[in-house]
Amino acid sequence: MRDQKNKPTSDKRKRGISRRKFLKGVGLGSGVLSSGILGGPLLPEASAVAQAAEVEVAGPTPAPIELTVNGQRKNLRLEPRVTLLEALRDWLDMTGAKKVCDRATCGACTVILDGQPVYSCSVLAIESQGKNIQTVESLAQGDSLHPLQAAFVENDAQQCGFCTPGFVVAAKAFLDKYPNPTREQARLGLGGNLCRCGTYAGIWKAVLEAATGRRDSQRGIGQGGGSNA
Amino acid sequence: MPEYRWPEIGTTSLIGKRINRVDGPEKVTGRAKYTYDLKRPGMLYGKMLRCPHAHARILSIDTSEAEKLSGVAAVHIVQEPGTEIQWAGDDVVAVAAVTEQITEDAIRRIKVEYEKLPHLVREEDLAKAGDRVKPFTEQVTGDPDQAFQAADTVVVEGEYGLPVVTHCCLEVHGQVAEWEGDRVTIYPSIQGVERVAGQYAQALGVPASNVRTLMQYVGGGFGSKVAADRWGTACAQLAKKAGKPVRLMLERKEDQEVAGNRPSDFARIKLAATRDGTITAWQSESWGTGGPGGGGSPPIPYIWQIPNQRKIHSAIATNCGPARAWRAPNHPQACYLTMCPIDDLAAKLNMDPLDLVVKNVSLLGPRAELYRQELAKAAELMEWKKNWHPRGDRSPGPMKRGMGLSLHTWGGGGHSSECQVSIHPDGSVEVSLCTQDIGTGTRTVLTIVTAETLGLPVEAIRLNIGDNRLPPSGNSGGSTTVGGVSSSTRRAALNALEQLFLTVAPSLGVSPEQLEAVGGQIRVKGDPTKSLSWKQATAKLGVASIKEMGKQPGPQPNPGELTSSGVGGVQMADVSVDVETGVVKVNKIVAVQDCGLIIDMKTAESQVYGALIMGICYSLMEERVMDQLTGRMLNANMEFYKLAGLADIGELVVHMWTDPEQQRRGVIGLGEPPVISPGAVIANAVASAIGVRVPYLPLTPPRVLAALEKGGMV
Ligand code: FES
Ligand code: FES
Repeated sequence: MRDQKNKPTSDKRKRGISRRKFLKGVGLGSGVLSSGILGGPLLPEASAVAQAAEVEVAGPTPAPIELTVNGQRKNLRLEPRVTLLEALRDWLDMTGAKKVCDRATCGACTVILDGQPVYSCSVLAIESQGKNIQTVESLAQGDSLHPLQAAFVENDAQQCGFCTPGFVVAAKAFLDKYPNPTREQARLGLGGNLCRCGTYAGIWKAVLEAATGRRDSQRGIGQGGGSNA
Repeated sequence: MPEYRWPEIGTTSLIGKRINRVDGPEKVTGRAKYTYDLKRPGMLYGKMLRCPHAHARILSIDTSEAEKLSGVAAVHIVQEPGTEIQWAGDDVVAVAAVTEQITEDAIRRIKVEYEKLPHLVREEDLAKAGDRVKPFTEQVTGDPDQAFQAADTVVVEGEYGLPVVTHCCLEVHGQVAEWEGDRVTIYPSIQGVERVAGQYAQALGVPASNVRTLMQYVGGGFGSKVAADRWGTACAQLAKKAGKPVRLMLERKEDQEVAGNRPSDFARIKLAATRDGTITAWQSESWGTGGPGGGGSPPIPYIWQIPNQRKIHSAIATNCGPARAWRAPNHPQACYLTMCPIDDLAAKLNMDPLDLVVKNVSLLGPRAELYRQELAKAAELMEWKKNWHPRGDRSPGPMKRGMGLSLHTWGGGGHSSECQVSIHPDGSVEVSLCTQDIGTGTRTVLTIVTAETLGLPVEAIRLNIGDNRLPPSGNSGGSTTVGGVSSSTRRAALNALEQLFLTVAPSLGVSPEQLEAVGGQIRVKGDPTKSLSWKQATAKLGVASIKEMGKQPGPQPNPGELTSSGVGGVQMADVSVDVETGVVKVNKIVAVQDCGLIIDMKTAESQVYGALIMGICYSLMEERVMDQLTGRMLNANMEFYKLAGLADIGELVVHMWTDPEQQRRGVIGLGEPPVISPGAVIANAVASAIGVRVPYLPLTPPRVLAALEKGGMV
């Protein structure tokens, strides 16, 4: 068996395929090799990929991946099948985002990708390169909570707390987009996350209160989706 | 010896107030580290190969291909060839490798041969259960036959039921195991950090003193996380073989299939009253499953002491993942199976169900008077009398509105608990006990109790929990934690304070009994000018800290003690049903709940809000769907195993019952009771809205439409 970690980088070149194209192709999804999505100029490389895949049952080897997390560059070597959530949690030890359903249902893994909230369990790390990844870890400054986090605490919007970081990030993205939401907008806008302990009443209040607080103080802090807002 | 009582009502500065959850900041920042978040040096990732068949015998296991895979560090056979597997998803082989991805690859390379055996996974039709039915003995009280036939008697008959639901904790079950020689440290995701250590010791065959269990945060349990579990021991075995720490967390699918569920209950029920509405007789034939073991018997009729009864329950053994305690075990089922027929009886008698319940309140036992008062309060908050209408909303248009009510009870007396409170010469205070905060606010409660007792702010208290080397405190189950740990902590804090008084009394020229601790000072009662600041007082300890224990033996029967047992509550729901689509929408739920002395009003209310929301989930959405053909759970995920979202909850009104008499009963648990009634209140509200009973939970659109089509019993 090959050692995944110590595999020399040179042996890829023998097959005439760049690592980046290879991984991107696989990164699109497992159906890609057989479905003919890779057409045109990529075709010769794709067949090389097919051959390589026959030999390497264990899957493609780790590749260098650069992620920009909360404004910091992180260089990793990851298999292309590693999700953004797994990269954050298992490689960067940033465990605020949680793995709960692993299927884009619950929102516990929510992070902000170039200003958009995403379920990081359903985004590949390799596809997140070159994007601004913002996680819950960026919100508080030391012991000083982001106003939204303070509103969560004040309204007891957490019990076991496992869904909480995902909710906080989703709420942050929501408020960045709708700084003055109505009750109804907030009710619907926070529907992408689930909580088993039943903290919705507190979350709803917290988000509305945090919005009011923002209107009152208008200092521009915590708004606009900057990486450390 | 100090007198172990709670402070007089009205004299507290923290107890009973609205205090923020002390671990809130850790949770909202994502800093709280759950078991799933732990990464020990060199840690490997474990996974389990599980049996795909509901009932099968293992014939052979070949792990050689998995073992050859680069990155795989250990393979451990959990159940050997020859074993009969009783449910799909049961543990067979555990693997640990350097990444989760390689572990998955290794699992795929393991070859297991099975001999398939006949299975049963569906239980809602008793007639099809064959020899899987285990009947309990029939119980008869009074003379039900005579009572049902008596002149002027009104009888309702119906079938009602609740399916199996899962716990669906957001943090799946699992643990990290790490060895150092023959000592093992387990980081479990558990509701009993202390008790689980003994289970590991036994299963691993090591002395109990060699097992350390550590946990600071757990992502939900609801009754399903009290055992080491086979996957827990397997994780420790992998770690031992690999010589490295291993984290093995279940997949969501596995968690849904094997890590616990609430037993189903179905029943054919007959209920009688005289024409004036005096309830006289009950008859029930009930059945349900909790997996291979059969399942418990719901205590029906629930709370109501109906004079004439005949009842028989059967447990059905199915090839499904075994049941575990689910928030108030057996009570939500019993409550639903009782309060729905009572509501149907009211409809048949043309009575407002509130009037029927109040008329029969004496059948509610020793708590009858409190229920009557709570019903009145809930009715006021719901504007019941103004809004109630006879069954079937006659207003035009497809949206029909209705209300339902229910009541419930629970024990909740504090478990035995030991606590140590230390006061250090520098003024710092430590509280140490092996309990856990499963999201219920235990940390906050303990901090408040200590701070109140010592006259300090909550920030002054440092709390150590979640380590089995600390003084023992039981599992967080049965809503027994808050009563137990708040009482042992109160005792320990009072004992420690007594020692501090003994030390400082001479310098204030008084006897220790004349001192009190208030507002960060030790002062002479009635003479606030004679005082020492807390720091001045503790400085007098020199170099020796005070370390005092407090032991709570369990619940205490007399009023005025630290914890007793027995709570209750009343709930009412207001729903709208779209009779064209069958969609049920909760407009409002009112919950009136008593639970003795409340330590923190904010987190106490959160328990009730949370229970109502969990109640909405199981009333409208949750249902484990089993496929008889394959023997598998069809919705072992979170897309098709539905939970309510923020948009589904409506207005929730929580009223905690805090009259002085209740508060004198001491601290009593609250986590479970408010989750009991929602099924009944929502179902009754739906019946009130659409004029027919939808007999089975969850009240999904197809069920609502089917009931409308069939017409109703009323
Ligand atoms: S874990 Fe990503 S949405 Fe649930
Ligand atoms: S607080 Fe426990 S899942 Fe939301």
